[in-house]
Amino acid sequence: MNPTATGPALSARPSASGPQPPAPGEIHIAIRSTRPPLHAELRELWAHRELFYFLAWRDIKVRYKQTVLGIAWAVLQPALTMIVFTLFFGKLARVPSDGVAYPLFAYAGILPWTLMAAGVGASSGSVVGSPNLITKVYFPRMIIPGAAVLSGLVDFLIAAVGLALLMTRYGGHVSWTLVWLVPVVGLILLLAAGVGGFLAAINVKYRDVRYIVPFFMQLWMFATPVIYSASLVPARWRVFLALNPMASYIEAFRAVCFDKPLDWTAIGLSTLVTLAMVMIAVRAFRTVEQTFADYI
Amino acid sequence: MIVVDHVTKQYAIGAVRARYGTLRDAVPKVMRAMTRRFRPGAATRRNVINALNDVSFEVKAGEAVGIIGRNGAGKSTLLKVLGRITQPTRGAIDLYGRVGSLLEVGTGFHPELSGRENVILSGAILGMRRAEILRQFDAIVAFAEVERFIDTPVKFYSSGMYMRLAFAVAAHLQPEILLIDEVLAVGDSNFQKRCLGKMEEFRSVGRTVLFVSHNMASVVRLCQRVILMQDGALVADGPADQVTRRYLQSGSGSPAERIWPDVSSAPGDGVARLHAVRIRDERGRIAPTVDVRKPFDVEVEYWALQTGTRPTVSIHLVNEEGITLLVSNDFNNRAWWRTPREPGLVRCACRVPGNFLAEGQLFIAAAVCSYNPDLVHALEYDVVSFQVVDRSEGDGVRGDYAGNWPGVIRPMLEWRVESIPAQVPVSTTSGDVVF
Repeated sequence: MNPTATGPALSARPSASGPQPPAPGEIHIAIRSTRPPLHAELRELWAHRELFYFLAWRDIKVRYKQTVLGIAWAVLQPALTMIVFTLFFGKLARVPSDGVAYPLFAYAGILPWTLMAAGVGASSGSVVGSPNLITKVYFPRMIIPGAAVLSGLVDFLIAAVGLALLMTRYGGHVSWTLVWLVPVVGLILLLAAGVGGFLAAINVKYRDVRYIVPFFMQLWMFATPVIYSASLVPARWRVFLALNPMASYIEAFRAVCFDKPLDWTAIGLSTLVTLAMVMIAVRAFRTVEQTFADYI
Repeated sequence: MIVVDHVTKQYAIGAVRARYGTLRDAVPKVMRAMTRRFRPGAATRRNVINALNDVSFEVKAGEAVGIIGRNGAGKSTLLKVLGRITQPTRGAIDLYGRVGSLLEVGTGFHPELSGRENVILSGAILGMRRAEILRQFDAIVAFAEVERFIDTPVKFYSSGMYMRLAFAVAAHLQPEILLIDEVLAVGDSNFQKRCLGKMEEFRSVGRTVLFVSHNMASVVRLCQRVILMQDGALVADGPADQVTRRYLQSGSGSPAERIWPDVSSAPGDGVARLHAVRIRDERGRIAPTVDVRKPFDVEVEYWALQTGTRPTVSIHLVNEEGITLLVSNDFNNRAWWRTPREPGLVRCACRVPGNFLAEGQLFIAAAVCSYNPDLVHALEYDVVSFQVVDRSEGDGVRGDYAGNWPGVIRPMLEWRVESIPAQVPVSTTSGDVVF
């Protein structure tokens, strides 16, 4: 018997006309060696939109499992930070707080900052932290850092209860104008997704990111008016502050809470910087996305 | 339908070895890349391996195709490219229909979450919509038989329960194209049967299945067509039995033969050391696959190293579930047992009859012992393995029945059947059913 007998030869390739066109309504997935076009990827992202929610929901569920205080940590963390800041910067260093009670002033800065910092922290490590997903199942990879940022929103909303309490205690400005917080929070999430997504993409190949991020976030916090007020910065340095979108977002956040005029120029500029960051992140992500499974 | 058109997947060898770099490594790399352009020819040679090398094939809707090959042949890479987990370096693939890839059982499962939460999460990750998951939820839980524990975190599940639930989610995905990688290698036999049953059901309703497996018995059972891969290339594509036979008969790295060329490192002691264990079919060929109807030999060679001792060889036949089907010993040959021993190489062969074992993968454990005093000189588990394949066409134990045939052995037993001269009671002839 001839052991090399293989039976029928390789099945014939489709005729020159190529494969038959798919039936109407049938799904056609084209896999090519080149990067899929952006619009195809955005369509995929839309088709998998529920996964944003599910992955964020998993993060939140898992985060507080086996903790005694559970989701109360979301309020406790910024509250304790606020107390420490009030003691050192409010009472001892007497940092001016634009006429607002320092605890409220600090909390209104810590809250948006934590949303951004937690989002960047979680998303920058998210891709590397999900090897089981990336090497075993397909879905648009951008969902992973995106969901990581989104999961911080729940913590933020719970911590916002603390802000509401402080505002009633120290006399904040409670009115319908508070809805302006929604677009501000949206911009903060977008910025966190941009920075975090960019770092997540680099992190796949260069694990140095893990060590850089905490240091970088600390520097960024000092460069942002979280514990101090932007008015404390000398006028000639303000230009640099304007380049930091987080500075104008936190200023805007406080302005809405304390019913002060919004600096629309700064917000507009920061929105442009944020959108540029998101575009850079999408570009970087798409460049390396296809090789994630080979590196993780 | 799946159309794979000249697909090549390359990996840089450096990238395979050092899984990821650091910025510190990148700096000299960039420097080298910059200086390279001043050294002509230096950049032309790159260390790449072709995990897939110009692979083309087509699978029609409703076909079940098995992909086989040795480790590193490119089977899993092929599934990963088809499943869009990694991108091909060259070539094109067109998939028509919704794709479900099952490269692992329990993708997206989180140990801290309850069974209920994991079903929803895993379903969403595998590509089900929320409404779809909720509609299928009861069926998934019933299939997995974990109703009582559905609100318990899965970290408290037994591995069997975990597997069942994870597979149940994937089984209810209902894609038009299903890609499966070795999932049957895990779990107990009952679970494996369940998976196979589900996959057969899947195929029977006209869906496409691509199935990577080492288990020839399940490949032959599930797939009409098999693709054989070797070193990243497609080397055979044809009817399941022909291609699996070619695979199992190819190469020297056969799982059906094990040789220890160096006596000093072979398993054993000062009395006896193993030299070789192999499976031979009735014509004397090394046989990784054995026809269920045909007899075969388990051959053991060992070095007897001392005079005056009386080593004896025993073999254990162990099935996939780890059940020892039988143990046999060469002292059953009484003439040999009484023969005085001299140092040298001894070969003994144990004939296992045809129409006796059930189909499936079997493993041999080989031992050299002596009795009075009882000593074990060498004992090796899973020395060789082979497949018993049921290709009988009405002449085997299962006759013409094509369904599942249980039992750890499948001996051809004698049946005495006769007609007893007696009158059929009148009442049954009238058409009434009488119990």
